[in-house]
Amino acid sequence: MTALGKLLRTTAFRLTLVYLVVFALFAAFLLAYFALNTRRLITEQITSTVDAEITGLSEQYNRGGIRLLVVVIEGRARQPSSSLYLVTTSTGEGIAGNVASLAPGVLDKPGWAETAYRRLQEPEATEHHALVRVSTLAGGFRLLVGRDLDERERLYQIVAVAGRWSLAMVIVLGIVGGVFVSRRVLKRVDAMTDKSQTIMAGDLGGRLPVAGSDDEFDRLAINLNAMLERIEALMRGLKEISDNVAHDLKTPLTRLRNRCEAALRTAKGEADYRQALEATIEESVGLIRTFDALLMIARAESGEARDDMVEFDAAEIARDVADLYEPLADDKGLALQIEAPQPAMVKGNRELISQALANLVDNAIKYAAPGKHAANGAAADIVVSANPEGNRILLSVRDGGPGVPAVDRDRVVERFVRLEQSRSQPGSGLGLSLAAAVARLHGGELRLEDNGPGLKAVIALPRVEAAQGAG
Amino acid sequence: MRLLIIEDDRDAADYLVKALREVGHVAEHAADGEDGLARALDGRYDALIVDRMLPKLDGLALIGTLRAAKIDTPALILSALGQVDDRVKGLRAGGDDYLPKPYAFSELLARVEVLARRHGGRGEETVYKVGDLELDRLSHSVSRGNDEIVLQPREFRLLEYLMKHAGQVVTRTMLLENVWDYHFDPQTNVIDVHISRLRSKIDKGFAQPLLHTVRGAGYMIRDGAR
Repeated sequence: MTALGKLLRTTAFRLTLVYLVVFALFAAFLLAYFALNTRRLITEQITSTVDAEITGLSEQYNRGGIRLLVVVIEGRARQPSSSLYLVTTSTGEGIAGNVASLAPGVLDKPGWAETAYRRLQEPEATEHHALVRVSTLAGGFRLLVGRDLDERERLYQIVAVAGRWSLAMVIVLGIVGGVFVSRRVLKRVDAMTDKSQTIMAGDLGGRLPVAGSDDEFDRLAINLNAMLERIEALMRGLKEISDNVAHDLKTPLTRLRNRCEAALRTAKGEADYRQALEATIEESVGLIRTFDALLMIARAESGEARDDMVEFDAAEIARDVADLYEPLADDKGLALQIEAPQPAMVKGNRELISQALANLVDNAIKYAAPGKHAANGAAADIVVSANPEGNRILLSVRDGGPGVPAVDRDRVVERFVRLEQSRSQPGSGLGLSLAAAVARLHGGELRLEDNGPGLKAVIALPRVEAAQGAG
Repeated sequence: MRLLIIEDDRDAADYLVKALREVGHVAEHAADGEDGLARALDGRYDALIVDRMLPKLDGLALIGTLRAAKIDTPALILSALGQVDDRVKGLRAGGDDYLPKPYAFSELLARVEVLARRHGGRGEETVYKVGDLELDRLSHSVSRGNDEIVLQPREFRLLEYLMKHAGQVVTRTMLLENVWDYHFDPQTNVIDVHISRLRSKIDKGFAQPLLHTVRGAGYMIRDGAR
């Protein structure tokens, strides 16, 4: 594509062309209107003065006969002007006036006519045009009065020339302006295109140029840059996940393999083989769990689960989850208490929110210590609650365990992150990540707070106004 | 029991056929959807095990066609897609149960047996009896011998489900799905704790335990004296 071809194909240039045509048509119309009107005006002026003169001269004739008329006509004809006068006999022989010749037949017809003529004392070849009126006088004489049309034609010519010039100027300026604007636009678009090509080629950190003029190109570039930012973050996340997945799936896979190899090498009898196989199955169950949790998080983060969201009472979820875990807590000597005094309507995926809350309760049971009551005057070791607060529904789990140091709170939500002191506990390190992903999916957030002592984990979800009569 | 396995993966199918025959069932195998449909259409099986993704005819379409032909042989859908909405889709298409891959054989066996038995026509009785244990579904009362047993609502539903499938293995996930309506893995042994609570209420102090743990599979309630 040549530079010119590229220029001609720009939207800016095409728009310029369209405007150019519109303006040119408009200018042409305006000039034509002006020229025609001027012409009409001049013609009108001529006819009215000619009419007045004929009336005046007829009166002179009526008062003083042909002689007076001839004297007056001679007098007027001698003055230099654009007026034409001619008095003839009924047969057309000239008596007085300043006209040498006329187009044939003009004198025979009374009324208005446009005619070519020649003045007296002018060379043969010169010819002018005039608008004349012929009228017949009482004695059979004919009177012709007219005006030269040169003036009118000259004015018309001037307007026409001015029109042509201005039209030419409009076109030239339009094209020059169009080229200028298109080149500017093209330059910026080219810069963006070039940059996006290098980004596509793999420079994911690259950003489109922003001129700082806050025009539509800047807005577009800023938005595209925001999009690139998001894509880069997602890519980084993806890379992180795959690294983590590689690590956290490969570690148990290695263990699995080692165990099998060890069994093959050292097993002495059926009992040994059986034990090794059972351990292998156990290990694979753990692997599947980790894998499922990862898929679940990916699904929550992709927003796919938005399809099956319904309105439901989160207080009920809290009661159900607490009910599921209460015996487990009891088994460990922990008192688990539920606080969900009123309906707390949210819209979402019931299953995912249940699981998120279950993960928090599961965590609390793992880390809470018997007898160390969750603070805030609670008499239980673990408190599960569902409460509206402003425009949010807070699903929280409080425990009196060791808690999470403030510096680590952001980190523990990440995938596979397990703090040093929790390494000894079973778990995939994905529970909080899933809870956070589920909260984000629903337009909410997971907050980890100090329960002084212990941990307060809160899933904050957007509140839905309960329907009339519900609850 | 006569079972039809419709599964395109040769190894997985062979393993299933062999394992099911070992526990005493008659198992046949169809390698694609069309073959599977042709065989299932005459309705002589007690249950179908259908892979979700099959060559020639998709598993869900197969079940849909069967149901349209008024053949209600219970079908267990196996799928590598374990998500909740896939499960819902499978059940909506006419499947009776859904098991994500990879599964434990004990889980599959327990589910297929429950499915086939349900189809066998054990009606919805109002009173379930196992040995001297009685559960009245209308009055919500439970008794063993002459003793009234007081259960929490959730414990009642747990026992109700176990007794409904008395003599059959019921897995932890089946309990979680049917008693709690959860389809996720709670990671910890929550179900075991619920069972041991229930056990302490119905078996404690009685010579003959009724609620048994089936190692590596789940639980079963049965009259030990039989």
